[in-house]
Amino acid sequence: MDVHSRDYAARARAILRDEPHVREAVIGATVAFDQHRERAYGEVDSDAWRAWASDVKSHALTNLADYLEEAESRLTENGVVVHWAETAADVHSVLEAVAADHGVRKVVKGKSMLSEELGVNDALERQGIEVVETDLGEYVIQLFGEPPSHIVGPAIHRSLEDIQELFHRVHGTPPHATPEDLAAAARVALREAFLTADMGITGGNFLVAETGTLALIENEGNIRLATSAPKVHVALVGIEKVIARWSDLAGMLQLTSRAATGQAVGTFVSMIHGPRRDGEPDGPEAVHVILVDNGRTGMLADEATWEALKCVRCGACLNVCPVYRQTGGHAYGWVYSGPIGAVLAPALLGLDEGGALPFASTLCGACTEVCPVRIPLHDMLLTWRRRTVEAGKAPATEGLLLSAYAAAAKRPALFRLGAAGLQLLPMAVTRRLPFLKSWLAVHGDLPWSKPSFLRRWKAGPK
Amino acid sequence: MRATLFVTCLGDQFFADACADTVELLRSLGVDVDVAMGQTCCGQPAYNAGHWPEARSIASHTLGVLADAEYLVVPSGSCAAMMRTGYGELFGDDGGRAVAELAGRTFELAEFIVGVLGVDAVGSGLAGRRVAYHHGCHALRELGSREEPLTLLRNAGAELVQWEAAEECCGFGGLFSAKLPEVSAAMADRKLDTLPDPDIVTSADPGCLLHLSGRAAERGGGPVFRHLASVLWEAANGRS
Repeated sequence: MDVHSRDYAARARAILRDEPHVREAVIGATVAFDQHRERAYGEVDSDAWRAWASDVKSHALTNLADYLEEAESRLTENGVVVHWAETAADVHSVLEAVAADHGVRKVVKGKSMLSEELGVNDALERQGIEVVETDLGEYVIQLFGEPPSHIVGPAIHRSLEDIQELFHRVHGTPPHATPEDLAAAARVALREAFLTADMGITGGNFLVAETGTLALIENEGNIRLATSAPKVHVALVGIEKVIARWSDLAGMLQLTSRAATGQAVGTFVSMIHGPRRDGEPDGPEAVHVILVDNGRTGMLADEATWEALKCVRCGACLNVCPVYRQTGGHAYGWVYSGPIGAVLAPALLGLDEGGALPFASTLCGACTEVCPVRIPLHDMLLTWRRRTVEAGKAPATEGLLLSAYAAAAKRPALFRLGAAGLQLLPMAVTRRLPFLKSWLAVHGDLPWSKPSFLRRWKAGPK
Repeated sequence: MRATLFVTCLGDQFFADACADTVELLRSLGVDVDVAMGQTCCGQPAYNAGHWPEARSIASHTLGVLADAEYLVVPSGSCAAMMRTGYGELFGDDGGRAVAELAGRTFELAEFIVGVLGVDAVGSGLAGRRVAYHHGCHALRELGSREEPLTLLRNAGAELVQWEAAEECCGFGGLFSAKLPEVSAAMADRKLDTLPDPDIVTSADPGCLLHLSGRAAERGGGPVFRHLASVLWEAANGRS
């Protein structure tokens, strides 16, 4: 997909100014998601569960090469064709070859953030293949021609009215159709797509090394259909999705569901062990798993970033993030938004493109508090800020002002004199100073204490 | 007992009355309070912006100024968290005993009153007052202090109002509020829009209060914002 992360500030400003309904829709959806998560965490010993889940992922990542090879062996024994892809272009080549082999003209897709990261839809369409997103939210944004704005709820930035208008235009539903009628219209269109598609493409929530099980969580049944109706199923799986043992899978599936939507477990969980076997009435003729790196081994080798690979893409950190809530995901200019997006962006896109996102946070720590696999998200954001400054990529004015501030802060008399001087400036002048200018654009006048406490203390009775 | 007050740069410049009220409140609880005149800033603005050499320079100064403090009381959860946990990160293995010792002796005001002094009621002057408490993120999540301020307010007779966004960040975030002012303001607006018409909004953090009250003023008015120290001192002093 096109990446615009370096433009975060301008994009956020534009959304707040021009699309105020986005903020309303996103706050409504994320507050609801987070309340569901909080209730679901409260039903279990979520602290213990999360510590365990963190260990499961850390163990797999610490021994990743071994478990990937084990997974490849089991997958192959199960009749799955395994491909290794280092880059998005490699993924595109594999898809092109598999599609050509099977004469594919239409693809149905289950929701996959990795496929968005890799720009899979555009690559397939360039080959003349029709691509239909079958997750309802993904279907909606595909019709709008937009990228997803949230890991779990890709269309949460859209209001019911937006979708009524869209479906009225595309499907001829009444202008004020109920959500049920809208879903029914999508169902008719998608049913047709499932029955006529030659290939299903999905992501994967977990890949179990011990058994070669590909596990997928969903609520709509579209992934079940996309992985079983077409003659070929291709799963895009980031290498960080591997876990070691079959006995760990149930716990990971449930915790991911609780964190994402507050469900005890998703409505549908598919555990795929290969193509249709002899004598079985249905299922695909061929199953392919593409194990995707796309920058992940680089993250794994970096002690400050590897923990982000534990992410299970539940979206809990987006839902609780007060910064994300104001704009939704499109401000971040990339497939991954919110705190996890801001941690992944500089790692996967580099500091020049992704370096703005770690500053899109107040470091409030709400993300770290809810993460089901205990990623220290706000600490990692701070690490990226430090690296941005060390790389000389922070704004020059900021560096100069902070140097001056630090120099003054070591000289108490000078520090207080500077503050007293600021107090004396007419507000019209204060409004032109760096930082204060932008602060005062959205706040009332500064309520200076005249004199300051320390001046009073020095002068007056103690 | 002797405690040194670190008023913080924002407290000094914008909440002078609250700093004075902190002194009075602590004295009324039998604490011998001193104020180190060499104090300036904890260094958090530079630390959070990623400018660590500057942050270390400021923190070194602050460590020196506060070296003799028996207890350090800070009327800001955020600055207290900087000194308790941030300095350890900032100096890493080079921090030595000064950093570790200061961390062990540093408390946010409500934490100090409840946790160190063992006092859970400072007066009853808030009877009948509807109070909304804004939890500063660093007091809440870095210091792990949720109940202390609520206990003191409740025991002073305040009616604590239900506030959906009470634990949500106000959007201040130091330089964040100047670098991304529109997002920062929208965050404050969510806090203000969900506020259920209290008599007083209070918090232990000058930064949050400056941001929220400044935003409310820009929007054309709003509730009364007061620092926790002032609210508690008035409760103790019977003036509230």
